[in-house]
Amino acid sequence: MTRYYTHDHEWLDVDGNSATVGITDYAQGQLGDVVFVEVPAAGTHVAKGKEAAVVESVKAASDVYSPVTGIVSEANAALEGDPALVNTAPETAGWFFKLALSDPSELDGLLDATAYRAFVATL
Amino acid sequence: MADQPETLMTLPLDGLHRRLGARMVGFAGYAMPIQYSGEFGGIIAEHLWTRRHAGLFDVSHMGQLLLPADADAPLEALLPGDICGLGTGVLRYSLFLNDAGGILDDLMVTRRADDLYLVVNGAVKAADIAHLRAAGMAVSVRDDWALLALQGPEAVLALERLIPAVVTLRFMRAAAFAYAGETLWISRSGYTGEDGFEISLPATLAETFAEALLAGPEVRPIGLGARDSLRLEAGLPLYGHDLDASSNPIEAGLGFAISKRRKLEGGFPGASIILDQLHNGAARRRIGLAIDGKLPAREGAAVFAGGTCVGTVTSGGHAPSVGAPIAMAYVATPHVADGTALEIDVRGRRLAARVVPMPFKPKNYVRAEGTAA
Repeated sequence: MTRYYTHDHEWLDVDGNSATVGITDYAQGQLGDVVFVEVPAAGTHVAKGKEAAVVESVKAASDVYSPVTGIVSEANAALEGDPALVNTAPETAGWFFKLALSDPSELDGLLDATAYRAFVATL
Repeated sequence: MADQPETLMTLPLDGLHRRLGARMVGFAGYAMPIQYSGEFGGIIAEHLWTRRHAGLFDVSHMGQLLLPADADAPLEALLPGDICGLGTGVLRYSLFLNDAGGILDDLMVTRRADDLYLVVNGAVKAADIAHLRAAGMAVSVRDDWALLALQGPEAVLALERLIPAVVTLRFMRAAAFAYAGETLWISRSGYTGEDGFEISLPATLAETFAEALLAGPEVRPIGLGARDSLRLEAGLPLYGHDLDASSNPIEAGLGFAISKRRKLEGGFPGASIILDQLHNGAARRRIGLAIDGKLPAREGAAVFAGGTCVGTVTSGGHAPSVGAPIAMAYVATPHVADGTALEIDVRGRRLAARVVPMPFKPKNYVRAEGTAA
């Protein structure tokens, strides 16, 4: 399994042709207390760089973009009952959705952990 | 979150906020703390701390203005409150109005021994000052003063440790108190629905005084984010969101701000329209909505009765002390009765909501000495 990141603070765990998407610890820290997450249902087509989910913090609603193009295979049902998982476990239990990759070559443009950490350090 | 203009002005406690780990954002042209970091930080934690203990808010962005004592009559020409009859040391909530009865700002007026003390919203203070001057009043702008709010059931414990005499203040009363050789102007008031105080003091003393308050075990610093969720739960409108020039005091449910004498005499801007609506009703009202589920409805969301759009949300979000989303909305009068079932559109989803009385959370003011009411 390989972990990738985006400049929009999403993470992506890729295992073969499937991937799990969430937001990074930095992103949840910026959003603050998360009170609701709207995730795409299984079967939804999501496109690289386009809105795929919405995170509602106490203060505001924020779009979450899909790092890659694909078809959603599963949404994280645990977020419905416990949206604060995004704050407490953003890069593990607080994942948003899983998808089947349409174009694995899109992964080439994503960041690895070292590059993402360096990017966050500039913010 | 608020947009960040290129250059934000700084307030007297800027350095303290940054040392306390605040995330600073642009608000009313100033760099302000929206929330603090660390174990006790975050909007929900700060909100709940204030409801249980005491929260310290920096509201130095608000305009603190002094008018001559004899400006009471000319001031009455701009707002519907009884200022001429206002006793010394008494606060009055009022509204600057335009000729159509629209709200230009909401404010607090206090008569002091030698002057009138006004606190106006930071975002519109320049317009308020111009408005007062255009009406012929001499306005002294006290941007050399800071303004702190200490709010919550334990606020009195923390403040009386520094200034014992504050326990004598009742809700909506104010007086001068001495501290460290300076004079502080303190009122028992605030905008959270809790007991508490607003403390006006020289900017040069602000950091020392804030740190002395924060040394109390009851007190933590609270940012603008929790200030907003606290006032929303308390049913208190925020200018620029729930009040603006297109809303009037009757629509806004602020008829109490029209003093008895002014109802009889009129003579304030928009009086004919406002007094007509006072007696015959307005076409729409500001109401509270309790929302099913967890998805918050934000400012701008449309409110529906069946297929008909009957209103708009003006403030909304997760209410930490209620544990659910709540909203304020302006809704057509046939749909404003408590218990009315309505729907709110959020990104194409229809949320079930019902009209509920405000405040969403009972207020906890100290009306008589030592008695919460």
